[in-house]
Amino acid sequence: MPKITYVAVDGTARTVDVPSGTSVMRGAVFNDVDGIVAQCAGNAQCATCHVYVDDTTLDRLEPARPDEDDLLDFTACPRRPGSRLSCQLTVTEALDGLIVHLPERQK
Amino acid sequence: MTAETDAQPASVVIVGAGQGGYQTAASLRDHGYRGRVTLISAEDALPYERPPLSKAYLKSDGHAKGEEELWLRPATYYVRQSIDLVGGTVTRIDPAARTVRLGDGSTYDYGHLVLATGARPRTLDVPGAELRGVHTLRTARDAAALRASLAAARCAVVVGAGFIGLEFAAVARESGCAVTVVEALERPLARAVSVRTAEHVTRLHRREGAQLLFGQRVVALHGDRHGGVAAVELADGLRLPADLVLIGVGVAPRTELAAAAGLPVGDGITVDARLLTGDPHISAIGDCAAFPQVRSGKRLRLESVQNAVGHARLVAERLTGAPRAHYDELPWFWSDQYSTTVQIAGHDDGHDTEMVLGDDPDAFSVLLFRGEDLRAVESVNRTGDHLAARRLLDNGGQVRPGDVAAPGFSLKGHLASLGGGTAAAVGRAMS
Ligand SMILES: Cc1cc2nc3c(=O)[nH]c(=O)nc-3n(C[C@H](O)[C@H](O)[C@H](O)COP(=O)(O)OP(=O)(O)OC[C@H]3O[C@@H](n4cnc5c(N)ncnc54)[C@H](O)[C@@H]3O)c2cc1C
Ligand code: FES
Repeated sequence: MPKITYVAVDGTARTVDVPSGTSVMRGAVFNDVDGIVAQCAGNAQCATCHVYVDDTTLDRLEPARPDEDDLLDFTACPRRPGSRLSCQLTVTEALDGLIVHLPERQK
Repeated sequence: MTAETDAQPASVVIVGAGQGGYQTAASLRDHGYRGRVTLISAEDALPYERPPLSKAYLKSDGHAKGEEELWLRPATYYVRQSIDLVGGTVTRIDPAARTVRLGDGSTYDYGHLVLATGARPRTLDVPGAELRGVHTLRTARDAAALRASLAAARCAVVVGAGFIGLEFAAVARESGCAVTVVEALERPLARAVSVRTAEHVTRLHRREGAQLLFGQRVVALHGDRHGGVAAVELADGLRLPADLVLIGVGVAPRTELAAAAGLPVGDGITVDARLLTGDPHISAIGDCAAFPQVRSGKRLRLESVQNAVGHARLVAERLTGAPRAHYDELPWFWSDQYSTTVQIAGHDDGHDTEMVLGDDPDAFSVLLFRGEDLRAVESVNRTGDHLAARRLLDNGGQVRPGDVAAPGFSLKGHLASLGGGTAAAVGRAMS
């Protein structure tokens, strides 16, 4: 199963198995990783599932679709090059080893 | 209100562990509340989110989705946060003794009580409404039953062209089922969106092969020999064949506990601008609460995730000594049908001017003004507009019809021109 690493603001990292087909957001919620709010349940409506994808793993991702791109202009913490909405990142084998950094706040 | 009733009660009991109840418990802990938190759930499930129930969760593509895909948090969260999840139905509130009683006879003391009881689907008062294959949709269990029915259905009838009925209709069409939607009024979503948006929704469903009948009332449901539904009879005598019927005629707020405790209720449990009921030790939030809208002075009862979450946060802040003067968050809502997203920012309580942005018939926004005042924005496949509208409306709606009429106007551009385009400034509108 693909492994995803979530790094909290204080630097603590947690690596969990996330089944292919679910989202990076679900992986966090399901494994009780703090720092993702996901108010709209993964519907690309709320931007409270913002993550910063680590530079070293950024190239594994498809670019954001237009609605995700729009939402990324409205995150609580500043948008950076690695900014993505974790609910829009579907886990596949290709994402094994993905590292995401959690922002300071989501709302 | 005395400080004693508002800040840091020794314990908080929350009735109902849906979107609002869960959020109250979570926000109390986020704000450092150390007292006892008891979250009482009539449903045999961890707190979960309802929006997917009429959308992705209904689809049986690939793998059958389990309830855990709906969870707001896993079980470990409640243990870690010392939130006592109690299964059971509260049957009585004793406001004098400050206790609640559950169906099994157990009682819980409260310093503060939060009613987050939600709403229940209205049913149809016609013969045959109890036949097998006739569904309502509110809970994960309802959705699982509906999904199983849908997998075997060939023709579905949806009664009521509200959001839940239309979202189900879209999923049913996508799974190859014939669909007829019967609506008593002359258009879909009549209480929720403008005529222009409603007309687009009608076109969308017809284009996808659903039949939509307006101004039609259902008078009876007829069964087959085995007790399953077989046909829906309309007032004009027309009989629609159906092996699945979804009743989507709205919900009724669950006010009965509050009423029995002597609290004022109307269409919802009556609360003040700080979401307190007539009893200073009892709040009510979410779908079950009728609150005064500060901007209009009118009493509102909204059914949305934003509203339940917003209410919950305000109550948690009040109980941890950071009270806000009143609840005044901007309502917003979304609905997914086929690959179309309809998004609403603000609350339209009567408009006189509609202005449209966008030339694409399948992607536009409708700006609803009363006089010079922007009341609400409906966006069809225009998420950027919706987000900018949320920000603009949250800041008092600094858009005039004259601005919109100017060449090259866009909501995002307008927002930026007001100096409001920065991410940090937007945060409040998004939460
Ligand atoms: C199918 C569906 C799709 C939706 N889609 C969207 C959407 O796309 N976007 C959106 O914004 N909103 C959507 N909503 C609305 C949104 O889910 C609700 O507004 C929200 O859940 C309201 O939260 P709540 O806490 O007030 O009530 P609920 O979530 O309904 O929770 C109330 C809980 O209280 C329990 N309860 C009631 N009485 C008692 C008692 N006496 N003792 C113990 N427990 C009790 C109930 O069993 C229930 O579990 C949808 C709703 C449904 C049903
Ligand atoms: S969960 Fe709301 S945008 Fe990702």
